Amino acid sequence: MANSSAPAAVSVPRNWVPVVALAWLVPGGGHFLLKRYGRGGLLFLSVASMFLLGLMMRGPMFHPQGGDLLTVIIYYGGFLGDLASGLLYFLSVWLGYNQPDIAGHVHDYGGKFLVAAGLLNVLAMVDAWEIATGKKD
Amino acid sequence: MPRLSVTHFEAALLFAIFSSIVLGVVSKKTDRERLRYGLRCFAWFVVALFAVGWAMYLGHG
Repeated sequence: MANSSAPAAVSVPRNWVPVVALAWLVPGGGHFLLKRYGRGGLLFLSVASMFLLGLMMRGPMFHPQGGDLLTVIIYYGGFLGDLASGLLYFLSVWLGYNQPDIAGHVHDYGGKFLVAAGLLNVLAMVDAWEIATGKKD
Repeated sequence: MPRLSVTHFEAALLFAIFSSIVLGVVSKKTDRERLRYGLRCFAWFVVALFAVGWAMYLGHG
């Protein structure tokens, strides 16, 4: 006998690798691939805006740097955060928008905005992965 | 590329806006819940901004 209170249809799991790869390269791209256009658009708008604001504040990119533990954590972590923005990071480096690290609170905020954009994109990638694997609608 | 100069408050507010949008989008199940969560995150960012600001001001004596 059919259960009248059956849960709504769950999305079919699909191959998550291209979804997560696109989500990394283009913020919100994974959601677009999964036909979540509204959410994908909002993610793209937020991550790209934060990244562009970071560039406009002349924020520096982090480069891997050795030394004591704290230096390694900050510089490698910052580099990974920058890298997580995908094409935005690669384009800005290739086109020469990589700023030198100079003193000043605005530049400092700019660097943090660049890393934060990457970290927000990691959240978007995880969300796209959850949708692609059927863990989330 | 135009140069942007912002105060501490403006930078923190911009950070709060975009972070709240992403946090709202990637969490919860319905659009209504996402909107509420995003707004709540933004409100807490602003509350924390003022709280930490006053704490630093008072801490400096």
